[in-house]
Order: sequence, then structure tokens, then C-alpha cells
Amino acid sequence: MISVRTLCKAHGARRVLVDVTAEVARGETIAIVGPSGGGKSTLLRCLNYLEGFDGGEVVIAGVTLRPAMTSAREREVLRALRTRVGMVFQQFNLFPHLTALDNLTLGPRVVKRADRGDAEAGARALLDRVGLGDRAGAYPHELSGGQQQRVAIARALAQEPEVLLFDEPTSALDPEMRDEVMAVIKTLAAGGMTMLVVTHEMQFATDIASRVWVIDRGGIAEDGPPAQVVGEPKTEVAREYFGRLR
Amino acid sequence: MRWCVRIWLAAVVACVASGACSSRDGGGTLAAVRERGVLTYGADLAGGEPYIYEDPADKSRVIGFEVDIMNALAARLGVRAEMKQFAWQNLVPSLERGDFDVAMNGLEATAERADRIRLSQPYFTFAETLAVRAGSPYKTLADLKGKRVGTLSQTVAHDILRAQPLEAVVYEGNVEPYLDLEQGRIDAVLLDNIIAQRYGCTSEHPTIVCLPDDVTRGTYIIGIRKADPELAAAIDSAILAMRADGTLEGILRHAGLWDARQTEPPPALADDSGVRAQAFDADQLQLFLKGAAITLAISLLAFLIAVPLGALLAVARVYGGPVAGGLARTYIELFRGTPVLLQLYVLYYGLGPYYSLGPIEAAVLGLGLNYAAYEAEVYRGALLAIPRGQSEAAKALGLGTWQALWHVLMPQALRGALPAMTNDFVSMLKDSSLVSVITVIELTKRMTIAAVDLRGWLVPGLACAALYLAMSLPLSELARRLERRLARDQRPHAL
Repeated sequence: MISVRTLCKAHGARRVLVDVTAEVARGETIAIVGPSGGGKSTLLRCLNYLEGFDGGEVVIAGVTLRPAMTSAREREVLRALRTRVGMVFQQFNLFPHLTALDNLTLGPRVVKRADRGDAEAGARALLDRVGLGDRAGAYPHELSGGQQQRVAIARALAQEPEVLLFDEPTSALDPEMRDEVMAVIKTLAAGGMTMLVVTHEMQFATDIASRVWVIDRGGIAEDGPPAQVVGEPKTEVAREYFGRLR
Repeated sequence: MRWCVRIWLAAVVACVASGACSSRDGGGTLAAVRERGVLTYGADLAGGEPYIYEDPADKSRVIGFEVDIMNALAARLGVRAEMKQFAWQNLVPSLERGDFDVAMNGLEATAERADRIRLSQPYFTFAETLAVRAGSPYKTLADLKGKRVGTLSQTVAHDILRAQPLEAVVYEGNVEPYLDLEQGRIDAVLLDNIIAQRYGCTSEHPTIVCLPDDVTRGTYIIGIRKADPELAAAIDSAILAMRADGTLEGILRHAGLWDARQTEPPPALADDSGVRAQAFDADQLQLFLKGAAITLAISLLAFLIAVPLGALLAVARVYGGPVAGGLARTYIELFRGTPVLLQLYVLYYGLGPYYSLGPIEAAVLGLGLNYAAYEAEVYRGALLAIPRGQSEAAKALGLGTWQALWHVLMPQALRGALPAMTNDFVSMLKDSSLVSVITVIELTKRMTIAAVDLRGWLVPGLACAALYLAMSLPLSELARRLERRLARDQRPHAL
């Protein structure tokens, strides 16, 4: 489903990603952990080309991403890719001028030219799925943080993606709201969605992840099942990172 | 303390409005002039050649046949003459206020002026001359029934036109009426023969002819305050002496203004009985309402141009890259950095020979293009204030640039810009008064016309203010509701 080969990215002299190579199979859930500034978010954002990169390539959902995709044709390719690779942000980024329902239908209607009725029916089903069927007409500011993030997940799902990227989806939430969001992500994992989740919640990571990547200084320091990576970390950086979390 | 200032301000406003602040009611100006050795006279350089104008060879000097007359006249009083620059329309009120000793700048002798100030002996007999396009069928004023005839505001010619069943089009300068006549925007121009011969039927306008018959005759006089009979007597005897000894003829001949009219007995006071002081009646109210409707219509239509064009310019500046962004910036700097008055002139008179816009069209276009520059910067600021996550979320859903702008960024920018837009619209309502320079009679122009007709500023001024408020307050309220509806989530920071 995803194949990352020698991915490199630098901000000036600072190397953000260094020869990252990895494979993700369909239905896997990857928890991406590691110290701040290690390149977790950057790696995630390269996968749907919200950020470009300088070297290597990514093959994701059948599309090959390369450095400097700026031509009109390549931009069309990227737009098509993004309907297949959804993203959920730390700050939710819901559209404040639209209701929850309209946040969900915007993508299908504008990008996929879906009929309004069909889009709304799909959106209502998705809101039901994240437990917010009764809040379809609410504006984002009328929802709690946890509710907003659940709407944001439903919005990403509305484009019927093959892969979902989560960039610290619970970091901006109070502890009691994290659970409701994590519960939604868990059901997605159980449903077989391919997901990459940048997170600092170790319990959550071990619960849902098929594999854990520890990212440090632009590279994948450890890659393995949670029991192995979290339980018996091999590298100093992983040991230190997990130690600090406990 | 605050209240004191307010009361004082109110008193000043009322005082100015009623014209009651005359500082020289006591008279005695002649003695003061003799003591000073200087006779000051109010005039307007905008009246141009041959009256009083800047010497082309030496801009610091004013020349003209009226300067010559005043110099000769002052010499006879044993003093020196000194010109004071005032707007022509305000010469009589300024004289009454005591800003100068006498007013002298093509002031026609009219019964209405005679009521207000002392009129000296005439120093020039003029004719109202009708100018038309060569080959047009109009021979007299009566032929122009229902047609558009241009003139200058607050002149005898304007009074004559208003007593006729035709549409008087009012200009502020000598040149513009003849430009519009040449381009067919009006059918004739009625003005003093001096103006007609120097600005109208000249070699520059081969298509304009001045009809030979005088529509009427009148005289130019020097205006003196009611309280100054001694000064008036001194000036009258000086003028009569200058007429008797040929001084006046010499000056007028030198200026090329001497004609047979000067030797004939001067005509009686120009008859302006048709436009004597009026009350603020239903007819006036209707004219004010019409002016307000024009103000509102021009402002609304201009805003309909300014908003989409401004949005486009803002998008071009933020997302347009070097070429489109540079063009948008040039546009904004050009239209924001030059006076809207100048832009209106260029659109209406400057473009006239190539593409003749009607006055309303030019007004709407001019204000619209000008305000687009301001709107562009408002929207640009609002666009930049939107959090980055919004465009990322739009991108992550697969929206293209235009889709993201239209569905996500512009709606949010619009709500952010709403208070500034309301500001701009109210400002536009008032700025639209500038379009009177291209002959549109909107609310403010209506007020200045009515102030002359009613012989006072207070009532027309209050009516004008009330109508502007009647337009802007509901609009502000509408904008406030819209804001509340659109920006539900935007609450002020708690401090």
C-alpha cells in the first residue's frame, strides 16, 4: 500500500529526513513515535505531499511521488492522490463557516462532483459512525474539542480514502476527550483501514498498532511490533524516550 | 468640561450655518483701508483668463483685466490693491464674514445680490451667449426645450436656465461644459460672452459656434458690505471717473474686451425673480430624495464593482506570483495613490474623445475602480489572517487552488473583512459627493444648490445630513446583523 524509498528532505543545512525507507501493507496501523523534532510529522506530511521532499520516492495508493511535483499535470495527480489519502490534523482544522455536515460534504461535492443528496446521506452515516449523528447542523465552535476531532475524522473518511494519516490527533485534547477520539480510531483499525498515526500516547499505540516506528534525527530508529519495540527497545534513543513517558 | 466644548462647538456650527458671525457689521472699512494703505479684494483664480489669473510668464503674479481695474481704482483711493484667493461660490458669504474688503470677480448684478450686499457701479456689460454645435438646429433658448444645457453653478446663466423647461447641467470650470458640448453629452452651453468667446467658440473647438444674439445682458459689479456706504461711495465715484476719463476703456481694450455693449446704457438688474428665495417645500424635499436616491444608487453599483474586483486583486497579490501579483500591486498603488477626483476627471473628460461615458456611468466606474484598490487590501489582510491549517485541510481533501479559495478561504476572508467593508461603504456614500464634478447632481450637490435657493445652509444642511444618516444607519445595522450571522464563532478576546 505504501512504499517509502530513501526519502530525503533538508531545510537548508538541517537534514529533516535522512534516507527513510519503509513498507506498509494494506490494513496495517503504524504508530509513529519519538522525540520532538525528530521528523515524525514531516514524514507523515510527505506521504500526501503537503510537504515536498528533496530525494527518494514514495509510492502510495498506486501513485508515485517524486521531488518537485509542480507542473499542472503533476498537481492534478496530487489532487487525485489526496482523495485517496486522508489526513487528520492536531488542531482539527474544521472549516468554521460550515456546519459539521457541510464540512463533510464539501470534499465529495467539490472534488468528486457528488450529488448533494448522496453526499449528505453519506455524511450523515459517517457522523453516526463517529457518534455525532445528532450534531450534523452544529458549527465547529459549538462542538467540544473531542467532537470536533471526530468530525474531522469523519470529514477525512467522507472522501473514501485508502489510507488515513493522523498527525497527533489527541495532543490538543483534554484527557477525557482523548478517549472518545481514540475509540473512533480503534474501530477504524479494527475495520481494516490502513493508518499511520503520529502520537505520544504509548498505551494507545500498543493497543492499536500493528507496528511501531521510533523516529529520531530524520530516520526510523526502530521498526517492529509494539510488544517488541515498546517492551524491549534496542536503541538508546527508544529506551530514553519510553523511559521519559513512564 | 466636555459639555462646555460641545456647547461651544454647537454654537460655532449654528453660527457658521446661519451666517450670523459677521465680524465687520460696524462698517468703517474705508477708514481702515486708508489707514492700512491696502484695499483687499476677494477673487478666485479658477475663474481663469481674462478675469484674474496667474501670469504664465511669472506664476507669482496675478494679472487680468479685473486686476488692472482694481489697481487703477485703488490708486484713486490712494491705496494699493491686494487680491485674496477664495472659492468663487463663497465670495459673497466671505465678504459678509469680513475676510476681505470687497469682492470682485465677474460678480453679476442681480436683484438677489442687491438684497444682500451693496453693488457698485458696473465696470463691464456682458451678454449671456448661447453656444451650440455647428449645424445643430437650435437658434434660441426656446428651441432647447427638454434638452440638456450646460452652465456654471450659481451664475445668472444658471438662474436663466432654471426658469426654462430644460435640463440645466452644472459645471465647476470654464473648460468642461464646452468639452461636453463638443462630445454631444449636452446640446448647448449658456455662459457669459467673455467665457464663451475664450473657452467655447475658439479654434480649439471648430465644431462649436456661438449664436450671435445676446440671450440677455448683465453687468459685473464690485460687491461691498451693506455696512460700508462710505466705501461704496468712494468706489462708485472712482469707477465713474475711470469711465469718464477713458481709463476703463483703455483697460478693456488692452484685454480685447471692449465692444459696443460698453457704450450702451447698462441693462437693469438681471431678473432672477423666477428663482427668488424659496421655502423648503415638498418640491425641494422631492429633489433631496432624488439626490439621495442617486447617491445610494451610485454607491451601491460602485460597490458591486469594487467588491469582486478587490477580491480578485487580493487573490492576485497573495497567490498570483510575480506577474499577476505585480500587476495587482501596480493597480492598487495607482488607484490608491492618486485622488479619486482626478480619476473621475480622467474617466469622464480625459477618455471623452475616445469613449464617451455618461456621467452616471463614469461616476460608478470611477468610484468602483478606486474603491477596488482599498477593498483589495482589506481582503488581502483578511486572507492572511486565516490560519494556515485551513488551506492545508482544504488541500488534504483534494481541493484545487481556486476551489480552496472559493469554498474555504474567501468565505472566511469575507467575514473577517466585514467591519472594514461596512466602513468603506459608508465612506463611499459620502465620497460619492465628489461625482458632482462630472455634472451628477447627488445629495451633497443638491444641498449646495438648495442652500443658494433658500439663502441659507442650515435647513438644507440638516436635510442632507439626515438623509445621509438615513442611508448609512440601516446599512450599518444590516452589516452588523450579517456579521453576527457569519461570524458566530468570532467573539472578542476576554481581557
